[in-house]
Amino acid sequence: MSEKVLMKGNEAIAEAAIRSGCRYYLGYPITPQTEVAAYMAKKMPKIGGVFMQAESEISAVNMVYGVAATGKRCMTSSSSPGISLKCEGLSYLAACDLPSVVVNVQRGGPGLGGIQPSQSDYFQATKGSGHGDFRMIVLAPSSVQEMADLTSLAFDLADKYRMTSMVLADGTIGQMMEPVELKDDMHETHYDKPWACTGTKMEREHNIINSLILKPEILEQLNLDRYEKYKVVEENEPRYEEFMMEDADICIVAFGIASRVSKSAIVEARKQGIKVGLIRPITLWPFPEEPIRIAADKVKSFISVELSMGQLIYDVKLASQCKKPVYLCSRVGGMITSPDYVLKKIIEVNNLGGASV
Amino acid sequence: MLESKRITLLAGHYGSGKTNIAVNWAKFLKDSGKSVTVADLDIVNPYFRTKDSEADFKEWGIKLIASPYASSNVDLPSLPQDFYAVVDDRSSYAVIDVGGDDRGAYALGRYVDRILHENNYELLLVVNKYRPLTPDCKSTVEIMHEIENACRMKFTSIVNNSNLGCETDAQIVLDSVDYANEIAAMTGLSIKMTTVESNLFNELNDKINNLFPLHLQSKIF
Repeated sequence: MSEKVLMKGNEAIAEAAIRSGCRYYLGYPITPQTEVAAYMAKKMPKIGGVFMQAESEISAVNMVYGVAATGKRCMTSSSSPGISLKCEGLSYLAACDLPSVVVNVQRGGPGLGGIQPSQSDYFQATKGSGHGDFRMIVLAPSSVQEMADLTSLAFDLADKYRMTSMVLADGTIGQMMEPVELKDDMHETHYDKPWACTGTKMEREHNIINSLILKPEILEQLNLDRYEKYKVVEENEPRYEEFMMEDADICIVAFGIASRVSKSAIVEARKQGIKVGLIRPITLWPFPEEPIRIAADKVKSFISVELSMGQLIYDVKLASQCKKPVYLCSRVGGMITSPDYVLKKIIEVNNLGGASV
Repeated sequence: MLESKRITLLAGHYGSGKTNIAVNWAKFLKDSGKSVTVADLDIVNPYFRTKDSEADFKEWGIKLIASPYASSNVDLPSLPQDFYAVVDDRSSYAVIDVGGDDRGAYALGRYVDRILHENNYELLLVVNKYRPLTPDCKSTVEIMHEIENACRMKFTSIVNNSNLGCETDAQIVLDSVDYANEIAAMTGLSIKMTTVESNLFNELNDKINNLFPLHLQSKIF
């Protein structure tokens, strides 16, 4: 089927995962991502796959650890509070270099917060997803089509680098319905997994998946090796989109739903003669530093548009090396920025003429 | 001219468009001079519901009965006690938005005896050929039977709401006619209406019987 269908963002994640060869979904329901689990529950049994509703998020992520150790493609999904519960498991997955895909359809926090959309797990996803030194590849879809495409990419990158890939969406994109085109087979690249625990058949040494390394000199070396791998990821995998940046005086940086709202605001601002453009990170880690570094020499200022209290803004400041002022435009708690709200900020920043904060 | 029983129940696959149709059908009844109450029975999805049209209903003079928690931040699948009034108050027309799939239809079960006893209702099966889990008649009818088993009622007719969201054009709708007819043939149900966004209405009105225009209730980003 390459015909278009009308899907919810959450359904697109589930269908894309299946078409990418995922046959193990281990999860626990939570609004606003429950459709991922519901879709998997309906479809997995029909295609010989496994849908498991675990007794908790902690249990689900450790089931992912188990399946990933056998080299099979597997996925779990949750929303913000559930991801916090999974963080211990994310650290263990990283420690064992296990490829897995984890989806976070974010909602407002902290704590139980609310069920409306948010992007306030940015720090958690890109900086602190658990204890210890590790990274996850973090992909930020901004349409239902990208929910599908980036889920598929998440599986490939996870296998390629033996890492966890996180799809960091939000309640809006999870719940909205848009036309989507899906390829029949999204499982493009197959990776050998000689490290997987699949039974030795008495023909090879045991493979051991373990995160307890008591000798500090060995543990240090494992960390150093892992960070060498991360360097390769940082070199090869940053992805971003530029929108109306050619002549921009003001550069908005925004991802996911915030980038869609920003685009509408940019079109309006351009009608008023304000030269504003957008850099949309598609990978949040590795962060697309280069386009922002280049923009810092051209634009007068940046605006970080985000559904959080100023998290993305730190990476914009780092990437731009604080050469130009970076302003914050945000709504939180489940509120979404409107094009008018962003436009107001653009006009305000434009009136400052690029003055420092 | 489209006729209505006193109670119109909309059920179908998750995301088939029940809520949009419920809102528009209620407005249609109100515009034809009837007293109308809309009841939001959707306990499955706390995100997109008739409650989102609360302000419109108020303006139109349509009564809305929904869980006090609907569209709030409290994700509780509870039903308001005055829901019984919708079923029992025969002086007013009722449009009941049932939650998606069999899971959503379970909630209807406790009101079924009263609805059947009055016997002045329609249970409409809302279908969309472009939804990924109902691309053909077989899968659609399968979900239909799951819903019937869950709510212990039989569907009375079909609403063809086949659409591709913002990319829907006249051809997309025309391409769904065979699909809807085939479901009708398989189930013995008639097609009550085909629903299209109002901007496509004139283009399709002479090509499809019982075309019903929808003014979409959706959030644009």
